[in-house]
Amino acid sequence: MSGFITIVIISLVFIIIYQIAKASEYATILRGEDKVRKQVNRLMAWLLVAFFIIGVWGIWECHLYMADKMLPVSASEHGEQYDLMFRVTIYVTGIVFFITQALLFWFAFKYQSTEKRTPYYLAHNNKLELIWTTIPAIAMASLVAVGLRNWSKMTSEAPKNAQVVEIVGKQFNWVIRYPGADGVLGKRDFRKINDANNVLGLDWNDKANADDVIAENGEMHIVKGRPVKLVIGSRDVIHDVGLPHFRMKMDAVPGIVTTIWFTPLYTSEEMKKITGNPNFVYEISCDQMCGKGHYSMRGTVIVETEAEHKAWMEKQQSYYAIQNPAKAPAADSTVIPTADTTTKAITMNTPSK
Amino acid sequence: MSEKVTLEGAHVAHGGHAGDHGDHHGHDHHEQHFITKYIFSQDHKIIAKQFLITGIIWAVIGALFSVFFRLQLGFPDQTFPLMEKFLGEWAKGGKLSPEFYYALVTMHGTILVFFVLTAGLSGTFANLLIPLQIGARDMASPFMNMLSYWFFFVASIVMFISLFVQTGPASGGWTTYPPLSALKEASIGSGVGMDLWLISMALFVVSSLLGGLNYISTILNMRTKGMSMTRMPLTIWALLFTAVLGVLSFPVLFSGFVLLIFDRNFGTSFYLSEIFIGGKALPHIGGSAILYQHLFWFLGHPEVYIIMLPGMGMASEVLACHSRKPIFGYFAMIISLVGITVLAFLVWAHHMFVTGMSPFLGSIFVLLTLLIAVPSAVKVFNWLTTIWRGNIKFTPPMMFALGFVSLFISGGLTGIFLGNSALDIHLHDTYFVVAHFHIVMGVSAFFGMFAGIYHWFPKMFGRYMNNTLAYFHFFITFAGAYLIFWPMHYEGVAGMPRRYYDYSVWESFKHFSSLNAFISIVVIIVFFAQFIFIVNFFVSIFRGRRLTTPNPWGATTLEWTTPINPGHGNWPGEIPEVHRWAYDYKDDGNGGDFIPQTVPLKAGEEAH
Repeated sequence: MSGFITIVIISLVFIIIYQIAKASEYATILRGEDKVRKQVNRLMAWLLVAFFIIGVWGIWECHLYMADKMLPVSASEHGEQYDLMFRVTIYVTGIVFFITQALLFWFAFKYQSTEKRTPYYLAHNNKLELIWTTIPAIAMASLVAVGLRNWSKMTSEAPKNAQVVEIVGKQFNWVIRYPGADGVLGKRDFRKINDANNVLGLDWNDKANADDVIAENGEMHIVKGRPVKLVIGSRDVIHDVGLPHFRMKMDAVPGIVTTIWFTPLYTSEEMKKITGNPNFVYEISCDQMCGKGHYSMRGTVIVETEAEHKAWMEKQQSYYAIQNPAKAPAADSTVIPTADTTTKAITMNTPSK
Repeated sequence: MSEKVTLEGAHVAHGGHAGDHGDHHGHDHHEQHFITKYIFSQDHKIIAKQFLITGIIWAVIGALFSVFFRLQLGFPDQTFPLMEKFLGEWAKGGKLSPEFYYALVTMHGTILVFFVLTAGLSGTFANLLIPLQIGARDMASPFMNMLSYWFFFVASIVMFISLFVQTGPASGGWTTYPPLSALKEASIGSGVGMDLWLISMALFVVSSLLGGLNYISTILNMRTKGMSMTRMPLTIWALLFTAVLGVLSFPVLFSGFVLLIFDRNFGTSFYLSEIFIGGKALPHIGGSAILYQHLFWFLGHPEVYIIMLPGMGMASEVLACHSRKPIFGYFAMIISLVGITVLAFLVWAHHMFVTGMSPFLGSIFVLLTLLIAVPSAVKVFNWLTTIWRGNIKFTPPMMFALGFVSLFISGGLTGIFLGNSALDIHLHDTYFVVAHFHIVMGVSAFFGMFAGIYHWFPKMFGRYMNNTLAYFHFFITFAGAYLIFWPMHYEGVAGMPRRYYDYSVWESFKHFSSLNAFISIVVIIVFFAQFIFIVNFFVSIFRGRRLTTPNPWGATTLEWTTPINPGHGNWPGEIPEVHRWAYDYKDDGNGGDFIPQTVPLKAGEEAH
């Protein structure tokens, strides 16, 4: 039944469109083609002007509607430069946008066909071409200059005192690893991965792994005011660590280690006040399509003060300790396992294959 | 039968040179069987129509897919039982499954980029316009030209079949990045669907190369007497560079696909390294997932210009003709086309700023990418000056050409953000990108195509399309395009990632839900508005008002010197000789406002 109704509706719409078309053609012939053409021409010129005016009003309305929906102030130092550069680019392109669109619609209206008008035969003017080649070239050169300066800062080596955090993507969540007290991320090998007890494939022969802390819930703890260097990896397909609040993004590519670094400016608590949103949370979005769960591949960032971070870190057990509760000392990250115990533990835990 | 076809094809090509076999054609034409005339035709005009109609069918399918996934994006918590009718178990209970959402997104991109805006656009207009505007009886090789269409047709069939396989069509995005597209464990769409996708695209590359080589050799070799390169209309220049781009870059894409086929089926590790998936570690080591992206974007970026250039050429032609003024800066237009073509090959890695590619390499691509804004800006200023002090007739093609310029400006300017790596680092893969490329190479290219269709429809079918319907089509589409894509820029600046199935769990993005619903509603309206065009197009073929004059727009170019319904061979008599450039829109001394290219220079008149 509904199929039949659909067919009826579709044919009705078809007939209506067809009738409008036919009626308009008969009307044109009845009223004199030339006259109608002139009227239509004038109408179209006006409609284009109306389109432009309504369009500008629409842009204004859109701006107002969006004002409180945009991202809050940048939460990283890089991001402040970013926002400044973004604004400059908006002004440059915005001016060009309004001038060229206004000219387009204005010329269309002003030079609409009339009987009296003789088009002005103008084929070329090298001076004009030169002007409007040079001006965009200069504008682009300056944008490139600003861009490359910022780009080289953003992609520079992380400062020596940066906190190192590893983030690894897998279908469909993020795994975070902290280097523990030794400050060194131990070696990983994808052949040692085991979802039950070695989610990142830590190589237990590497002592640096013994105190590494792993968070499988995708929650990353970093410190306000301290640079953080993300070491990014992937277990399976390409993912992307998207940090919109920090204006940062980098792909996670299997087989390749990528990095970014930035300095957080506001703790999560401060950001709740800034945004007035008690539920505010820094989110990590996966920005490279990675399969059916791509849209749900969500991580979070908790920015805290140095003291809070220390307290939190102290509560964390090393991944090794979690996986081997009986054998290892109840190691929190402040206790560096002695070489002796570690070696012993590692021997016992070496993956059987 | 086939022998006759080949002979005739050869004859036609020959006739292009000699220009004196016209009478012979008249009776050849009458004897043609329906199959050789309309199906396995070697007449470039018929092949153009075949490309166009296949393109229209694909456009409807591709656009319908976008309606389906926009329903999901706009109304994630509602169900649409109608969708189940179309998609069956992929939309059980009227709710799209995530797997099929990604399949739809992938197919929407593939279909529109390749099948509609490449094959449907340059296939149609290169075939239609090249011989007609340069004064040739047909393409250099009409047979290859026919093969070009039929390879495209087979590619279409394979792609269409892939929609119905049990594991669904390819679903790794139209760029099909490995490892996602290479491993069956990573996504169900990477099974048979992906194999069919690769086969279809390989056939598509063949089609595109057969067509492109033909277009280039025809333009270079088969111009009529007097048609020097610098007298060619800008459409031909644009189509020439489009073909050059395709011929040089599609083989690279093909090589990328071959390596992907090997990785998928024969255990090689070109793109795969250190992967743990489906509960086990794969043996692949040493490949690079980034390699595929380099190979893909080496075509992928020129592809953008393959889509844009025909629109630019046609807009130039239409703006000049309907403003009754010569195109401003003919040579500057050609030089900017050259600039765009050369730079198109040198900017591909701006799609890869955040892949972990060396930041220094990134810097070079920033410079080259923003450089491409210069020739684009020159083109815009030249178009604006072309309509300045013209005598503008707002015919449907002119409306679409004006819309093309407006959209090209809007979409081009946002490219300046994305081309600058320091800004791209936040905007990459957000809705800002979606908005940018949909406006510039989606809608703007479509407007160029519509301008072309409305302008050359009388040449194709000897009838007019209906103006009233055309105006409705224009305004709904024009307003709709801005309403859909303008707000998406804001979503992108707010960091909203593209290719998400549902945003409701995201604290940062969920407040855009009412905006997403608004966008989806406009998408549905614009989708249905396209049927105004489709009805207009197909009904006008059979019932449209007949042409009474061979040159309805008062255009200067050669295609309008052919009879109203030209047969195979285009001109019944000799091919006309060309005496002047393509844009002599000026007083002809008898009260007319244009001088066709075939009219000799008057005494004392200076050539352009």
